Amino acid sequence: MFKKKLAVLLAATMVVASVVGCGGASQEAAAPAADAPAAEAEAPAAEEEAEAPAAEEEAPAADAAASGDLIKVGIINNDPNESGYRTANDKDMKETFTEENGFDASFAYSLKNDEQIAAAQKFIQDGVDYLLLSAADTAGWDSVLKDAQDAGVRVILFDRTIDADESLYEASIVSDMDAEGQTAVDWLASQGLDEYNIIHIQGVMGSAAQQGRTGALDKMVAENDNWNLVTQQTAEWNAEKAQQIVQSVIDAGTPFNVIYAENDDMAKGAVAALDAAGISHGVDKDVIIMGFDTNKWALEELQKGNWNYDGQCNPFQASYIKDIIETIQGGGTPSEKVVIMQEKGFDAKEITQEDVDTYGI
Amino acid sequence: MQTTGKKKLGVSGLLGKLVRQQMFIPLAALLLLALFNLIVDPGFFQVSLGYNNAGNPVLSGYLITILDYGSELAILAIGMTLVTAASGGQDISVGAAIAISGSVILRVLCGRDSRPETLQAPIIVAFLVACVVAMLFGAFNGALVAYFRIQPMVATLILYTAGRSIAAWINNNELPIISEPSFAYFGGYIPGIPVPTPFFLALICMIIIAIVLRMTNLRLYTQAVGINESSSRLNGLNPELIKVLSFVILGLCVAVAGLIKVSRLSTINYSVVAKDIEMDAILAVALGGNPLGGGKFNMTASIIGAYVIQFLTTTLYKLNVQSDALPAYKAVVVIVLVVLSAPTVKDYFAGLGKKLKSQSMSKEVG
Repeated sequence: MFKKKLAVLLAATMVVASVVGCGGASQEAAAPAADAPAAEAEAPAAEEEAEAPAAEEEAPAADAAASGDLIKVGIINNDPNESGYRTANDKDMKETFTEENGFDASFAYSLKNDEQIAAAQKFIQDGVDYLLLSAADTAGWDSVLKDAQDAGVRVILFDRTIDADESLYEASIVSDMDAEGQTAVDWLASQGLDEYNIIHIQGVMGSAAQQGRTGALDKMVAENDNWNLVTQQTAEWNAEKAQQIVQSVIDAGTPFNVIYAENDDMAKGAVAALDAAGISHGVDKDVIIMGFDTNKWALEELQKGNWNYDGQCNPFQASYIKDIIETIQGGGTPSEKVVIMQEKGFDAKEITQEDVDTYGI
Repeated sequence: MQTTGKKKLGVSGLLGKLVRQQMFIPLAALLLLALFNLIVDPGFFQVSLGYNNAGNPVLSGYLITILDYGSELAILAIGMTLVTAASGGQDISVGAAIAISGSVILRVLCGRDSRPETLQAPIIVAFLVACVVAMLFGAFNGALVAYFRIQPMVATLILYTAGRSIAAWINNNELPIISEPSFAYFGGYIPGIPVPTPFFLALICMIIIAIVLRMTNLRLYTQAVGINESSSRLNGLNPELIKVLSFVILGLCVAVAGLIKVSRLSTINYSVVAKDIEMDAILAVALGGNPLGGGKFNMTASIIGAYVIQFLTTTLYKLNVQSDALPAYKAVVVIVLVVLSAPTVKDYFAGLGKKLKSQSMSKEVG
């Protein structure tokens, strides 16, 4: 009897784990719950706006902190342990939204969309002034953001865009993932290989980073006959999975000359598999290695010539967000709805120590 | 050996005897997978000798990959089998515990600097510290189960949730990277030996557990506690101690698996290292035909079960199945296993066997 229960649980967990990736579950049912505190939340928000401009005149931060009248921000981010990029991003957030700077920040972390939506609902109920959001998945945010709007909570997206109406958020500070992908693919095209046999290792399916970085490559492969995908698999930002995927291609004996990994961790896993199989990689070697996110250690691999290319994804959005919050608190509106950050791509042949120090995260 | 004598009983009787063997399930699954691969692509079984980038000879091929990645699972299956037998439940915090022990190893090796030029401590010291830490966490789980009588899955849910954060905290949320090449031997190859090291580590664990099971009363005591706790107490055993012990042994297995995991890439990623590995470990125990409600166990069957699961994973990778869809396929295996071992289905097959037997008997008589 017990055995049966357990096994059903086990099976259910596994199935759920595989389905969750699709995310975007309807949150309709939970929506009414958030409606109730809407009226209460509206009052403090209005107060805040009246008070804030006055405080702005003289040392706003210190003043705000002293009076205990902090701006409440709820920050929903992905798990900071996910990657070096996320660690740097989270650190930047924590250093910017401090009490000294006049903020009362609460953090919620999850790699899963449904958990993030639940966290957003909690923040709205807690009556935060601002909801800062880096969504795990692009879909499924409409209803909860509408709740936020009704409750007078201002939403600012950072790092990742979502599929929702622009009126639902104040601003979004993002990396242009499509441009990142395009820069990388253009660089690859400029290498002038006769044939491109690419192992494409994707991030968590559905994330903006994955879609942008995949899109550019997919387009190129579709348009050119000499560009082939040997395999296209998601390793979910996981180095070990990337290692197994590449191992599988090596075991099959299929020839390839490019590894296009959508982040540095996965590129590292792929390289570990190549090393074990005695396949040379890097500048002027058999296999071209491409990664994203410009981790410091990854740029050092570029310097050593073990990798060929690394695309930047700027994790430092906190200062942009702070500027926008200050503008709104001052009664203004942000000049641009979508702020796109400058990003570069690094070639192993041209990278300098200065680049590593400046852009490494 | 006794086939000639048994022939009179008929094929069905022999088959029934074979099916009732515990080893039948994992071996049949292995055979099925092997046969499937043989039909789809015989190249699956090709093993070739090459050289890695360090210039050392290495074997490569799908079978070697299975041996490589299946080994860490086999190590975990050893501990999980004991926990299952003694407590009648499973430890779902294994993946998180691997993150912790891996993090401890890196912390000891790196000291304060997250990217040291030289190792700050010998690898064996780091490993031993990780063993102690992992055994302590095992004892924590065990104590919750044995003394506080919390259902094992619920008790280990605590560490399952908190473990990865603890792992990150141990290293101040930094991502240490070890540049020392000898550290990579444990998850890769020792120079000159073309077989992946994890296999040898698994072999050592298997030999140790085989000796322990043979020389001590661990098997008897564990099974006694698992079958009937109060009667084992009446017979002078201490069921609580046995349960805690099983979790501590699993902790030791976790430390070994953790060493392999961090050695593979010489670094760690707290949120994804050994993700969902507990499900595979539990599946290995189930595939080995061990009752998940505790009691009797067959260690060899569990270990074979572990390699069968890796066989399945590797096969699915080879077929280019999307890696995020893998759990769904494994779920199918779980469902089939559970249905086959359900009492109603067992009774049905037993009835069917008897019917066949009586039919053939009546034919012989007639």
